Amino acid sequence: MTEKRHLLSILVDNEPGVLSRITGLFSGRGYNIESLSVAETVDPSISRITMVTKGSPMIVEQINKQLNKLINVIKVSDLTGTKYVQREMALIKVNARSEHRAEILRISDIFRGQVVDVGVEHFTVKVEGDTEKINAVLNLFKPFGIREIARTGGVALPRENK
Amino acid sequence: MELKGAQILLKMLQEEGVDTVFGYPGGAVIDIYDALLEAGDINHILVRHEQGAIHAADGYARASGKVGVCLVTSGPGATNTVTGIASAYMDSIPVVIFTGQVPTALIGNDAFQEVDIVGITRPCTKHNYLVKNVRHLARTIKEAFHIARSGRPGPVLVDLPKDVINATTQFKVPGEVKLKSYNPTYKPNIKQLNKVVDLIQKAKKPVIFSGGGVSLSHGHNELTELARKAQIPVTSSLMGLGGFPGTDSLWLGMLGMHGTFRANMAVSECDLLISAGVRFDDRVTGKVDEFAPHAKIVQIDIDPTSIQKNIPVHVPVVGDCKISLSQLNSLLDKEDLSGVEEQRKSWLDQIAQWKETTPLAYKQGDVIKPQYVIETLYNLTKGDAIITTEVGQNQMWAAQYYHLKEPGHFITSGGLGAMGFGLPAAIGAQAGAPGVLVVDIAGDGSIQMNIQELATAVQYKLPVKVVILNNGFLGMVRQWQELFYERRYASTKFVHTPDFVKLAEAYGATGLRASKPEEVSAVLAEGIKCEGPVIMDFIVEPEESVYPMVPAGAPIKKMLLV
Repeated sequence: MTEKRHLLSILVDNEPGVLSRITGLFSGRGYNIESLSVAETVDPSISRITMVTKGSPMIVEQINKQLNKLINVIKVSDLTGTKYVQREMALIKVNARSEHRAEILRISDIFRGQVVDVGVEHFTVKVEGDTEKINAVLNLFKPFGIREIARTGGVALPRENK
Repeated sequence: MELKGAQILLKMLQEEGVDTVFGYPGGAVIDIYDALLEAGDINHILVRHEQGAIHAADGYARASGKVGVCLVTSGPGATNTVTGIASAYMDSIPVVIFTGQVPTALIGNDAFQEVDIVGITRPCTKHNYLVKNVRHLARTIKEAFHIARSGRPGPVLVDLPKDVINATTQFKVPGEVKLKSYNPTYKPNIKQLNKVVDLIQKAKKPVIFSGGGVSLSHGHNELTELARKAQIPVTSSLMGLGGFPGTDSLWLGMLGMHGTFRANMAVSECDLLISAGVRFDDRVTGKVDEFAPHAKIVQIDIDPTSIQKNIPVHVPVVGDCKISLSQLNSLLDKEDLSGVEEQRKSWLDQIAQWKETTPLAYKQGDVIKPQYVIETLYNLTKGDAIITTEVGQNQMWAAQYYHLKEPGHFITSGGLGAMGFGLPAAIGAQAGAPGVLVVDIAGDGSIQMNIQELATAVQYKLPVKVVILNNGFLGMVRQWQELFYERRYASTKFVHTPDFVKLAEAYGATGLRASKPEEVSAVLAEGIKCEGPVIMDFIVEPEESVYPMVPAGAPIKKMLLV
């Protein structure tokens, strides 16, 4: 069976140890986590975990059910195939010698990036968008030499039904 | 009312109807034990090793149908329970484990006898808690019992730091537990059940496959009703034994690696497999692709994760086994089933023929056969005893040759397969079912893993009977070595084994031995009649193997026969 990427939005009790229950479930059962981000929601007693995972339909069904089985998991939504907005942020430290500076800034502008740190031989650019957009920027920066990257992992919310 | 944490714990135990606690004291729980002295209505059974406490709590839960409770100290006390917690988790047994913990201020400092037991047991408990504030204690205990016994049951651990136990707070019995994220589905979807009714009416060769979930939900009567009403033969997993009468003509025997020929053949040939309370463990399915290849599969289970985990299912039914089977019976009552006996005749004839040509069999010669010991035990007790087992050949022979009448009478470490389970589980079962004959069927290997609990049985006058099938080998591993490793018996022969009769006597129990087939019956009869705990040492054929056997990963149709 073919493996497919799934974007899960998981509401959990905002308590110590909950993240460990979730990551432990994934490592213990050999599931995949491609990215993960966690933060408090409007209700401070609840956190939202946004996770990208990958697996065959039978595995993804199990992941869903196993997550739901955890006592601290309130709700699991698989956003894949539904209408949602997703954003990710990346900080990219790219080599920027004087002859390349203008071009790097142009690329950054095209993607509505922002230079947040400048050095003699580097820029640190902040880019936001969906995963593909960030991958595209990284591809374009590659020829200059990327020194370091920090990516947040995706966060997502379903769109309101109109 | 202002109470100390320790007193709140005991109040809550009483509130939850707990009358028996299996435990072992230590520095971190000394205050709980001190308070226990004043709680007259809670019977504490002091085991000899914490693993014994957790297995005993497990056995108690299975025999009594109540939640088993275990109390141990921090650090090594807590880690010693892990095997038993994992076993209870795999077999879905409701147990609440209270562990002591170092004072909250010391947590994380590698303090003396500190261990992160909540971290360690996260993957093998249904849920666990570290109580950091005495104000949360009562509510947490209430939740722990609720979670342990509801839905698919399981072990819940509550870690109690010493300062929390000693702190005081206003105590009020907490109200009903409502968890926003935990709401097991008991009632099945009626549409799904209608599909099952339809399948039952169309099926020519149906089989019911029942598991531990039927026993746990007390759905055995509903299961029996369904089988008889629709004339469907029944097989079960190891955990499901006792869910259907072992003497009924529709009974096929156990399924899987050491299942009967007719059970494995029937499942391989059937056109409808109605499973209830099972999780399709690899020991049952063998090669998954060739498991019930011609069948539409129905799976009834309260735990959605059990459904479609290992095999694709045509009709999933999420719900409690008892309620689902009962509703299924009601739906079937509205249908015309008058022709069903006629309709099933050729299928049941085929099964009868498999039984006749290839029954469970062994040949009793000059040396005692282990199967003969179990068969004689069955004949003497007529299936009325509670059987606990250790793990390995003894467990399989017990499953094959001791025919059960009802649930709660076959207590075994099914999923985890923990050697050393049987004796402490028997002690727990005896505490939970006083007056019932409790027999631990053991091997000479397994019994030595928790033999110390014999002292517990003697001290508390729990008259468990231990049947040791003594073959001088770790028999099941030896059997695999014989069959698949050219008889290279690596570390499976015990060069030295204690004299179990003398050992029993040293513990203050009775020791009996049979070395010849003609002594078996008399020794069993005498052992059963004895008032206190007894060890019966049967010197059996050293290289007897369990048959039928399906090699690991092979289709269940491909059985090695005697």
